[in-house]
Amino acid sequence: MVTTYLHRSSIWRKNLPRFFQYLILSLFVLIVFVPIVMLVFGALKTRGEFMTRPYTPPIPPRWENYAKILGMPSFWIMLRNSLVVMLATTTGVVFACSLAAFVFARMEFRGKGLAFNFLTLGLMFPLTIAIMPVYLVIRQIGLTNNLWGVIVVQIAFQLSGNILILRGFFMAIPVELQDAAYIDGCSAFDFFWRILLPLARPALSAVAALAMVASWNELLVPLVMIDKDKLWTLPLGTMQFQGQYGQDLALVAAFVTLSAVPAIIFYLFAERQIVSGLTAGALKG
Amino acid sequence: METASASEDVLDSPRQTRSPRRVQDNLTIVLFLLPALVLFLTFVVYPILQSLYYSLFNWKGFGPAVDFVALDNFKRILTDRIFMKAVGNGLLIVVLSLTLQLPLSLALALMVGRDLPGRAFFRTIFFMPYVFSEVITAIMWLILYNPDPERGFINAVLILIPGVKPQPWLGSPAQVMGCLFVVLTWKYFGLHMLLYMAGLQNIPQEIEEAARIDGANRGQLIRYITLPLLSSTIRTSVYLSVLGSLQVFALVWIMTLGGPVNASEVMATYMYRFGFVRFWLGYGSAVAIVMLLISLAFSLTYQRLVRQPDYLSGI
Repeated sequence: MVTTYLHRSSIWRKNLPRFFQYLILSLFVLIVFVPIVMLVFGALKTRGEFMTRPYTPPIPPRWENYAKILGMPSFWIMLRNSLVVMLATTTGVVFACSLAAFVFARMEFRGKGLAFNFLTLGLMFPLTIAIMPVYLVIRQIGLTNNLWGVIVVQIAFQLSGNILILRGFFMAIPVELQDAAYIDGCSAFDFFWRILLPLARPALSAVAALAMVASWNELLVPLVMIDKDKLWTLPLGTMQFQGQYGQDLALVAAFVTLSAVPAIIFYLFAERQIVSGLTAGALKG
Repeated sequence: METASASEDVLDSPRQTRSPRRVQDNLTIVLFLLPALVLFLTFVVYPILQSLYYSLFNWKGFGPAVDFVALDNFKRILTDRIFMKAVGNGLLIVVLSLTLQLPLSLALALMVGRDLPGRAFFRTIFFMPYVFSEVITAIMWLILYNPDPERGFINAVLILIPGVKPQPWLGSPAQVMGCLFVVLTWKYFGLHMLLYMAGLQNIPQEIEEAARIDGANRGQLIRYITLPLLSSTIRTSVYLSVLGSLQVFALVWIMTLGGPVNASEVMATYMYRFGFVRFWLGYGSAVAIVMLLISLAFSLTYQRLVRQPDYLSGI
């Protein structure tokens, strides 16, 4: 009797904290989900249902809102614009950053430290803060109302952080490999292209994933540079849609959930890359 | 480079310092740095220098900037009550983040620890809000914060508690910043938790085991082993959090437009209002310069003051 009692109490002592841990963590899971679930519920109601009972489960679900959004040509145009901007920005970031990071990680030249410090100065000048100066330059060179204007600005402001991340990854690749390649007659370019890049594929995909998320969600650059609704990206279009149809919240909710779907799908597939990019940047920075 | 050229000098004749290999390497360096440098100079450095110039003009965007006003824009910004309110709100977000948001993230990271079953699941869920755009986040919460308890979920839950009245939330100057901070925390606590989890992963398990064998309890373990070893991650997370607070824009602009009566104005919405809505380009440039100086001053001081040698090198 006594032994089983003691045994049971030790089980309690061991498992009780764990129970509270799960309780607290579950509470936060709930908090994360409430806004998302409410939005999805709202999107599946008619306008009238949304007004009268906005936070009950949508029974029966109404798919009209989704059908209406998917039937709007403007939604697909925004989706396309966002995809174009995201893909071009990501390509540009990976291209420019891997070249520069390779030089900083693997080559020696006079003024290297200075050049590196200069290029990573951008970490102190975030895009939101510098948007006014950047807008003026884009206006001077006539790139307003042009997706290229959005793309080059997004690339430029993602350089510093990603060069830093990639340089860290590149420096972790053993020097012996480089020495061996040079002895075998590789040029620096051969080494970069044939040996380093293939080895650094996880690093490149981490940087690409970060660039994609940043570009996909970015609002301010298109907001100040794009007037024509044919060139709106999804975040800008979502904001304008909310302003225009603010009275029909069920429709807005449908628009917002649909514009979130690509991000969620991307996250579920690329979580590992996003996480490794962010932690590498933070731990090395 | 010095040693390489020295050894080449020994091998080759003294005049032939420019070997084909060196020329090729230098060409590689220049070509490889060119794209990044050109983009950075054109779209980051040059705009800032140019705005430094424009900030000295009263320029409303029509025609060239000719009305030179010296430092008047800056004088006006620094004496504007609304700008000061924006700075104050920025500081409030910083203080709340450092005292509530980051400790919360750290506590959750410690709770999940190294090996709690379901660790990956919790990380996936908690980090998810980070990948939603601020626009989506803002609209979601705008619906929840509706002051009418028939419409807004938060008030609907609140009035279930006996004696509690529905609150105006975003409509109240006293509550609006707290409401926005809740949304910022919802969106970003997962990011900081992720960083802390990665930092925890880097602490050698042996050190914790040794302390436990020496009789340290859980509290002592966290206080004397985990937190000191996590200090470099904590410093990074603080840095990111402060710089992030300076950049809050979309969330505030969509949810409150900086209102009611400027109660939730932040520096970025102030700049957007004067620079882009009223199109005072000279004044907007000056605001941008002030914000850049604040960011720069913070970054430099933080790096100088806080960056101390790591407890264990290589972690």
